[in-house]
Amino acid sequence: MELDLPFIWAGLIAFAVLAYVILDGFDLGVGILSPTFRAEADRELAMNTIAPVWDGNETWLVLGGGGLLAVFPLAYAIVMPALYAPIIAMLMGLIFRGVAFEFIHRARRTRVLWEWGFAFGSLVAAFSQGIALGALVQGIDVEGRAYAGGWWDWLTPFSVLTGVALVVGYALLGATWLVMKTSGPVQRAARRHAWRAGAGTVGLIGVVSLVTPFLEPQYAARWFAWPTAIFSVIVPALVLGCAWLLFAGLRGQADRQPFFASLGLFVLSFIGLGISFYPNIVPPGLSIWAAAAPDASLAFLLVGALVLIPMILGYTAHAYWVFRGKVDPGEGYH
Amino acid sequence: MFLGFDALELARFQFAFTVSAHIIFPAFTIGLASYLAVLEGLWLRSGDDAYLRVFEYWKTIFAVVFGMGVVSGIVMSYQFGTNWSVFSDKAGPVIGPLMGYEVLSAFFLEAGFLGVMLFGRDKVGRGLHFFATLMVAIGTLFSAFWILSVNSWMQTPAGYAINEAGQFVPDNWWAAVFNPSFPYRLTHMVLAAYLTTAFVVGAVGAWHLLRDRTNRGAWIMFSMAMWMALIVAPVQIVAGDLHGLNTLEYQPAKVAAIEGHYDGHPEGAAPLILFGIPDDEAASIRHTLEIPYLSSLILTHDLTSPLPGLRDFPPGDRPPAELIFWTFRIMVAVGFAMVALGLWSAWARCRGRLDASRSLHRAAVAMGPSGFLAVLCGWITTEVGRQPWTVHGLLRTADSVSPLGAPAVGTSLLVFIAVYFVVFGAGTAYVLRLMGRSPGGGDDISILGPTRSAGITPALSVGRRGRGAAG
Repeated sequence: MELDLPFIWAGLIAFAVLAYVILDGFDLGVGILSPTFRAEADRELAMNTIAPVWDGNETWLVLGGGGLLAVFPLAYAIVMPALYAPIIAMLMGLIFRGVAFEFIHRARRTRVLWEWGFAFGSLVAAFSQGIALGALVQGIDVEGRAYAGGWWDWLTPFSVLTGVALVVGYALLGATWLVMKTSGPVQRAARRHAWRAGAGTVGLIGVVSLVTPFLEPQYAARWFAWPTAIFSVIVPALVLGCAWLLFAGLRGQADRQPFFASLGLFVLSFIGLGISFYPNIVPPGLSIWAAAAPDASLAFLLVGALVLIPMILGYTAHAYWVFRGKVDPGEGYH
Repeated sequence: MFLGFDALELARFQFAFTVSAHIIFPAFTIGLASYLAVLEGLWLRSGDDAYLRVFEYWKTIFAVVFGMGVVSGIVMSYQFGTNWSVFSDKAGPVIGPLMGYEVLSAFFLEAGFLGVMLFGRDKVGRGLHFFATLMVAIGTLFSAFWILSVNSWMQTPAGYAINEAGQFVPDNWWAAVFNPSFPYRLTHMVLAAYLTTAFVVGAVGAWHLLRDRTNRGAWIMFSMAMWMALIVAPVQIVAGDLHGLNTLEYQPAKVAAIEGHYDGHPEGAAPLILFGIPDDEAASIRHTLEIPYLSSLILTHDLTSPLPGLRDFPPGDRPPAELIFWTFRIMVAVGFAMVALGLWSAWARCRGRLDASRSLHRAAVAMGPSGFLAVLCGWITTEVGRQPWTVHGLLRTADSVSPLGAPAVGTSLLVFIAVYFVVFGAGTAYVLRLMGRSPGGGDDISILGPTRSAGITPALSVGRRGRGAAG
C-alpha cells in the first residue's frame, strides 16, 4: 500500500502548530498578564515559571514555519505574503518577548523598558497570531501559484475577533499555568484572572464557532450536513465539559485541573478548525495534496521526523520534569 | 516604489540586513558553545576551579548572545516566505527538508539542553551537566551543517530535477546535501566561527591582563585564544584557498569579480590585482596595483591555463565587482592579520612574555571584533557574488521575489531596522558590560548575576520540596 505522505505530513504539521499554540500559549499568556502584578517580585516570579521552557516552546513555531516550507512549499509561498503584516508584527513581538528574559537582568535603569517589552511583545505576538488565524479561516485569494489579494485583506472584523479570542485564550492558559506553578498572592491573582479569561474564552469560542460556518459554503456543509454534522454535537459538548472542569477546578482551589481543562479547550478548538479545513491547507481551494512537495521530499524528512520527534518529546518531557512543581518565591537566584 | 526603491531592491536589502544581523550571533555562539564544552572538560579532568570560573563567566555571556540569535533566527525562517515566496515555492522541495532537519536535529537539541547547561549543575550531577553542554555544542554544529548545506545548494545546485510546475525537486539527496561547494563552505564557516570566538575571548583576556597581569582567568582565556590564533588562522587560509578554487570551478564569474578581472586571460598568466577601482558600468578597473602572474599561480597553479573575465559573461549575468572586490580584500586582510597576531603571540610565548607584553595585549584587544568583520565581508562576497541568481545559473533573484508592493516591503524594512538597532544595540551593550567584569579568582562568579534565558534557578529546591505540592 502506498503511504499517503501529504496526509501524514498534514497531521505532523498540525501537531507542531498545536504543540506551539498550547506550549507558547501559556508563555505568551504569562507575558500578557505580567503587567497586572504590581510588585516587581511577583512579575519576576511569574516570568521564572516559564524561563526554563520558553525557548523550546518557541522552537515548535520554527518547526511549523520551516516544516511548511519543506513539505507544503506552495502553501508557505501563498500564506506568508498574504499574512505579511501580521507575520512581521508577530516576529517583532517575539523579539521583544524573547530578549526580555535576559535583558531584564542585564539592564539597570532601563529594566522597566524590557518589562514592558515582555508584556507588549507577548500581547502583539498573540494578537497577530489570532489575526493570521482568522484571515486564514476566511480564505485566501490565489491565482496560479501566488497570493492574489491585497495588502489589507487580512484585516476584517472576523480576524480582529479571532485576534482578541486568541489573546484572551492565551491569557487563560497563562493564568491557569500560574495557578499550577505558583502559590501565595501570585496564585490568588492568577485564579481571579483565570475566572475572567475562562468566561471570555468560552464565550469567544462560541461566537467564533457560530460565525465560522457562514464564511465558506464548505464549512457550513461540514458542520450542518450528515454525517459530519455529528461533530456539531460532539465538539460543543466536549467544550462545555472542559469549561465545567475548568470552573469546577477554580472553585475547588485545584492547582492543576484548570490548566489541563484549558488545554482541552484549545485542543478541541484546534480539532474544530481541522474539521472545517480538511482537506484544504489554505482555504478555500488549496488542498494538502496540491500544496505538497513531491513524495521524495516528504519521505526524506519523514524518516528524520519519525526518529527525532520522539527524542525531542523525550528530552522536552525530561526538562519539564526537572523543573516540575511550584516555583518558590522565597528562593532567590544564587 | 518606496523612497525611490522598488520592491525587489527593498526585499534584497531586507534579507541582507536581517541575515547580516543574525549571522553575528551564531558566528559567536558556535565557537563559544564548543569553548564552553572544552572548559568544562578541562575542569572535570583537572579539578582546577579556575576553568570552572572561566566557564561560568562565558556561560552568562553565551545566554545573552544565544537569546539574540534565537529571536533573529526566527525572523530568518519566515523571511523566505514573506519576501521570497516564489523562491520558496520553487526551491522548497529541496531546501525545505534540509532546513527541517536543522530544526529537528539542532534547534530542539540546543533549546532542550540549554536550561540544564545554564542552571542544572546542582540538580543533575557533573556527568549529565557536561553531557548537556556537549549537546548544546553539537546542536550548534548540526545547525551549521544543515544551513550551510542549504546555502551551498543555492550556490552549486546538485541532485535535483525540475518538475512541470517549475519546482526544483529532489533527485538524489546525497548529491543535494553534499553538493560541490558544501564541504568547503562548511569547513570555512566553522573555522571562521571558532576564530571569531577565539579573538573575542582573546580580547577579553588581554583587556583584563592589561589591568592585572596576574589575573588567572584572563590568562587562561588569552593563552587558549592565542593557541587558536596560531593554529587555526593558518588552517583557515588554506581552507579559504581551497574554497576559492572550488568557486572558480563552479562559479567562475564570482571569482572574476573578486579578482577585478573584467578582461579574461585566455592564455593564462593573469596578474593579481592587489588594489584598483572597479567600474562595472565601464567593465574596467582603473588605477590598479598588480603583481604579475600571481592570480594564475593562486587559482590554476600554472601560467598557461585560461582564466575567464567578467566580459566573458553576458552583462545580465555578472555579479557586481564594485562591492565584492572590496569585501573579499577586507576578509583576506583580516585573515592575515589574525595569522600575524598568532605568530606574534607564539614569539612572546617562547620568550615567556605572553602575560606581560602590553603591546601584544593591546593588539589583541583591537583585534577583538575582527572575526565579525571577516565573517560579514566573507558572506557578502559569496552571497553578492552569487548574483544575479538565487539558485546559481537556474533561478534569477528578480524571479524569486514575492508579489508584494514596495510600500509593504519598505515599511517592514524600516521596522526591522529600528527594532534591531534598539534591541541588538542594547544587547551588545549588555554583553560588553559583562565582558568588563574581571574573570579573576575570588567571588566574581556570584556577582555576575542571574542568567535565565532558559533556566530557572529558583526551582533548584523544587525537586525536594515541590513534589508534594504539584509535581
